[in-house]
Amino acid sequence: MQSLEPYLAEHPFLKGLEPNHLKILAGCASNVQFDVGQFILREGEEANNFYIIRHGKVAIELFAAERGAITIQTIGAGEILGWSWLIPPYQWRFDARAIEITRAIALDGKCLRTKCEQDHNLGYELLKRFAHVIALRLEATRLQLSDVYGVHP
Amino acid sequence: MLPNPFHIQRLQKETYDTFTVELTPTNSTNTFLFSAGQFNMLYVFGVGEVPISISGDPARTETIKHTARAVGTVTRALQKLKSGDMLGVRGPFGSHWPVEESVGNDVVIIAGGIGLSPLRPVLYQLIAQRKKYKKIALLYGVRTPEDLLYKRELEQWRGRFDIEVKITVDTATGDWCGDVGVVTTLIRRVQFDPLHAMAMICGPEVMMRFTIKELQNCGVGNERIFISMERNMKCGIGLCGHCQCGPTFICKDGPVFRYDRIKEFFGKREI
Repeated sequence: MQSLEPYLAEHPFLKGLEPNHLKILAGCASNVQFDVGQFILREGEEANNFYIIRHGKVAIELFAAERGAITIQTIGAGEILGWSWLIPPYQWRFDARAIEITRAIALDGKCLRTKCEQDHNLGYELLKRFAHVIALRLEATRLQLSDVYGVHP
Repeated sequence: MLPNPFHIQRLQKETYDTFTVELTPTNSTNTFLFSAGQFNMLYVFGVGEVPISISGDPARTETIKHTARAVGTVTRALQKLKSGDMLGVRGPFGSHWPVEESVGNDVVIIAGGIGLSPLRPVLYQLIAQRKKYKKIALLYGVRTPEDLLYKRELEQWRGRFDIEVKITVDTATGDWCGDVGVVTTLIRRVQFDPLHAMAMICGPEVMMRFTIKELQNCGVGNERIFISMERNMKCGIGLCGHCQCGPTFICKDGPVFRYDRIKEFFGKREI
């Protein structure tokens, strides 16, 4: 079976990671596929994975009883899905659903959490990279909330 | 400074508050030449004058198109005009997008809301001479799917294999199944060569500020980023000073600027 290590090494999110750390990540990685409409994460459920999207499109949704599923953001190839595996209480805050056939690499967060506790250098590297993703998403959300295209007399 | 009389040939509704007005000169032998990115001062007789970007095809010189949003006294009056009504036109004014300078490069067009209107002429030109350019990408962000301009053309452009069109909305409504999120998030989803790409941006200044930052993060140099600025333009020829931004006049030196030439003043709160 072909190792996922070369792919992980090339991915912008993991680029520059130490080879021994990449090996650990590859040991926790597996290929997954989701059909259109299939839930990848569900709000409130235990967060034990994160995903590197290789192909397809995923909607991050919030369910409101009176409105149904509200799409907050869509993410696609090359992007990262899920960081709740890293932050207690390790539960998904939102739903994520494939809106196109989606292929991804799933990384076992539970396994990685243990590895990060054992190797703080790996933990710090991953935390830095996730902090960057979270900061970009926060910036985008703030911009989205500010209604820049609206008429503001 | 005197406006030329034009007839309204057609007024087309684009969205609930945005419309495109197609004008023909009253003297049918006249043609109207302009460059992509320029604007005209449109005079609704008895109401006032307003600067509006030209949104039509530069190759079609017998009519001019402008897309406007009905938000002020003049644009609301403009929206109420009918075909056959007369309008005063001064122009074209201002600088243009670097369409010729982009030959041989990737071209990334990033529009927000009604900012697509002054960029549409660029797309017409790029498509007409498609072979002269490498990758062409249009990244377009709007508030909701109902705010999308030029829906039919967007569909046509999306259907082409030689242009990458990505559209995102801030808020998904109805049966929208496209992207949701701000336009800046689309930049990393297209593959282009940052060292040989020209970026043209038009939209609200906040959107342009964050877009520039993201392009810079991707490795695009300031000398390859072009923006279209908007200020209170009155005379159109750099005399009245209403649209002054630092040492430049948006109406005369702009509205299209190479970013490295305006960056000292762009986004400065005091200006």
